[in-house]
Amino acid sequence: MSKLIMTVDDSASVRQMVGFTLREAGYEVVEAADGRDALAKLGARAVQMVITDLNMPNLDGIGVIKALRDDPSHRFVPIIMLTTESQAEKKQEGKAAGATGWIVKPFKPEQLLAVVRKVLG
Amino acid sequence: MMDKHREAFREEALELLTELEAALLDLEKTPDDSDLVGRVFRAMHTIKGSGAMFGFEDVASFTHDIETVYDRVRNGELAVDGNVISLTLSACDRIRRMVAAPGESSPEEEAAAEGIRAFFKGLSAATGDRGPAAAPSPCVDGPTVQPGQDGEEITYRIRFRPARNIFASGTNPVLLLKELAGLGRCAITAHTGDIPSLAEIDPEGCYTSWDVILTTRQDMNAIRDVFIFAEDYCEVTVAVIDGGGGGDADTDYKKIGEILVDRGDINAADVAGILSSQKRIGEMLVDSGVVTQETVQSALAEQQHVREVRKERKSAEAMTSLRVPAEKLDTLVNLVGELVTVQSRLNQVASTLNAPELIPVAEEVERLTDELRENAMNIRMLPIGTTFSKFNRLVRDLSSELRKEIMLVTAGGETELDKTVIERLNDPLIHIIRNSIDHGIEEPAVREAAGKPRQGTIRLSAEHAGANVLIKVSDDGAGLNAEAIRAKAVEKGLLVPDASAGEKELFPLIFAPGFSTAGKITSVSGRGVGLDVVRKGIDALRGSIDVESRSGEGTTMTLKLPLTLAIIDGLLVAVGEDRFVLPLHCIEECVEMTREKAAEPRGRRITRVRGDIVPYIRLRECFGSPGEPPAREQIIMTSAEGCRVGIVVDEVIGEHQTVIKSLGRFYRDAKDVSGATILGDGTVALIVDVPQLVQGTEAAERAFS
Repeated sequence: MSKLIMTVDDSASVRQMVGFTLREAGYEVVEAADGRDALAKLGARAVQMVITDLNMPNLDGIGVIKALRDDPSHRFVPIIMLTTESQAEKKQEGKAAGATGWIVKPFKPEQLLAVVRKVLG
Repeated sequence: MMDKHREAFREEALELLTELEAALLDLEKTPDDSDLVGRVFRAMHTIKGSGAMFGFEDVASFTHDIETVYDRVRNGELAVDGNVISLTLSACDRIRRMVAAPGESSPEEEAAAEGIRAFFKGLSAATGDRGPAAAPSPCVDGPTVQPGQDGEEITYRIRFRPARNIFASGTNPVLLLKELAGLGRCAITAHTGDIPSLAEIDPEGCYTSWDVILTTRQDMNAIRDVFIFAEDYCEVTVAVIDGGGGGDADTDYKKIGEILVDRGDINAADVAGILSSQKRIGEMLVDSGVVTQETVQSALAEQQHVREVRKERKSAEAMTSLRVPAEKLDTLVNLVGELVTVQSRLNQVASTLNAPELIPVAEEVERLTDELRENAMNIRMLPIGTTFSKFNRLVRDLSSELRKEIMLVTAGGETELDKTVIERLNDPLIHIIRNSIDHGIEEPAVREAAGKPRQGTIRLSAEHAGANVLIKVSDDGAGLNAEAIRAKAVEKGLLVPDASAGEKELFPLIFAPGFSTAGKITSVSGRGVGLDVVRKGIDALRGSIDVESRSGEGTTMTLKLPLTLAIIDGLLVAVGEDRFVLPLHCIEECVEMTREKAAEPRGRRITRVRGDIVPYIRLRECFGSPGEPPAREQIIMTSAEGCRVGIVVDEVIGEHQTVIKSLGRFYRDAKDVSGATILGDGTVALIVDVPQLVQGTEAAERAFS
């Protein structure tokens, strides 16, 4: 069975690129436009991985990570955050909240897949 | 593909800019509204981040300082005034131009943009001790893919101690170990001494740590990279224990006993006797309580690993390979096959007798047999690259004959496959590539008219996927014409005229015998021989073919092949007294079928599985097994030829390592079985050829109706 990955980003083009790259590689993808949308779509549904942007309206990436780590059904799910170089302290905050790894924007599809394979096995 | 994403970004950026302007105008009225500042910042942030992703570096660097300024406003370090807002608005206009028409700006516009940029740069750095100085550059500080270096093999000792709470970060330590194992050869020892008793254990904590001895050509950074995400959650120490340099292995001089024997002071038997009465250092240490058994085990693993590496290096110097006649290997594989059969018999005997002395022996034999089997199979594995390189010539010759310009690109040539599989794959691949050249890739003029490069590309790649190898042949040609296939299929009677067949149903039809949609017959293809040969060849290898195609973009054919032919994973089932094996690769699931459920559709052989209506075949009827079916039968859902068909049996016994024996010439007309195997108790089970069985039954049904 192919693995299900949720991608959370308020930028439609990034969402499209991430979704496209992952689907090409054989993963199933659920997309969410911000943190609140992500948590609503997730519920208790099992996903194998979450890729989230940090800066988003309604609920930001840090909030998503914290909420998932507090939820028994998603406590151990690998979470990758998308950061930029200028967000060093955000990255630190994300790590402290329980992010599994990170990718620095801008990134290429191959880099995304390398990280996904690393974290998902 | 990137163009599609660029287009999406362009639309998004234009939307964001409109929203941004609205927010800026509101902000001008209420400069203290932190919500509005947040919106402006986020929009700039997205334009910058996404812009850099899709090749709008100029947009990204232009936006960078503006984003920084609004970040500072957001943090209360700076206040917005009318001037800042009107300059931000002109910046919006500038970004809009850059996004809509990249690289087409007049010198005046450039100058104005430079002014805006300088203003924001000044503002962002005014008291800027925290503003990042550099514009974003396209680089990643995440894990990087290290190119394989042709350095010497180095052996490392890696001690990996995860923090108790490592799982809370979503990190799976086992994956890290696997990644390490992917770097080279390694020996892993787990330390489980810290695991407390069940009463005290925190089930969400990690109590295990690992020692890994790894021999690799990669450098230390590659090893550190494995742990890059988890560095806060574990302690990792890496040390070089064998540098690969010459001489170190030879510095060991003879042992004292050997010297004494050499000198004739004592004889070898004396030494052996003394040594056997002496305890090993490890045992002595454990006895004295200085270290635990596990620690010693780990150290021993290191010793053994390094010794092996050194020994191998020596023998590698002596000889790199050995030529052996293929028959010798075939004999070896046959013998291993026999051994697997005997071993399953041994297992059965051991479990029937339930003798405590026998069971561990049987298990040990099982382990060894598995290892031996894997090794024997490995010897027969060859890289597929040699076959790939043969096709270069084929592509060159055919394309010049057909006046087309085609380049062949190959990848994954190092993927290893059973020798027999490689040999028998040759013909099917030739047919597929010919087909791509003839039907797929268009003539240069046609390609240019369609906005594609004159030169067409055929990609040939191989990769491992579990116990299978995927071989893909893709071209960037015209793609399959679904309508032409439909018309041809109707003409050939393969499809009812008004059938609503999607691409998934239509595409596989190109493998039907005598099927060709080529307008004219060329010397290369078009006579409709070819693709059905491919299908037969791949079926014979117990593989499958998948076709994907997009009109105008090209076609990809994926061949899925088992790694080896001699032994397969099968599902052992029973029908009455008879035993059958179904190849596991075509099985999806097993479900129960009660007698009432079978009676439901009034004698028609269909049933409902998870809401889908699925036809089924009774193995009992196919093979004329005597006796009545039990009240509860099992349906084994198979996927053959792209459709799901159930196979009804009395009982599912379980997975079975199946050594394939051919049935011999006498039974060569027995179509529905592909071979036989000998079970643990000596009985023979037939191996069902599922695709053939499904096809045969379908043909019979059609003839009947």
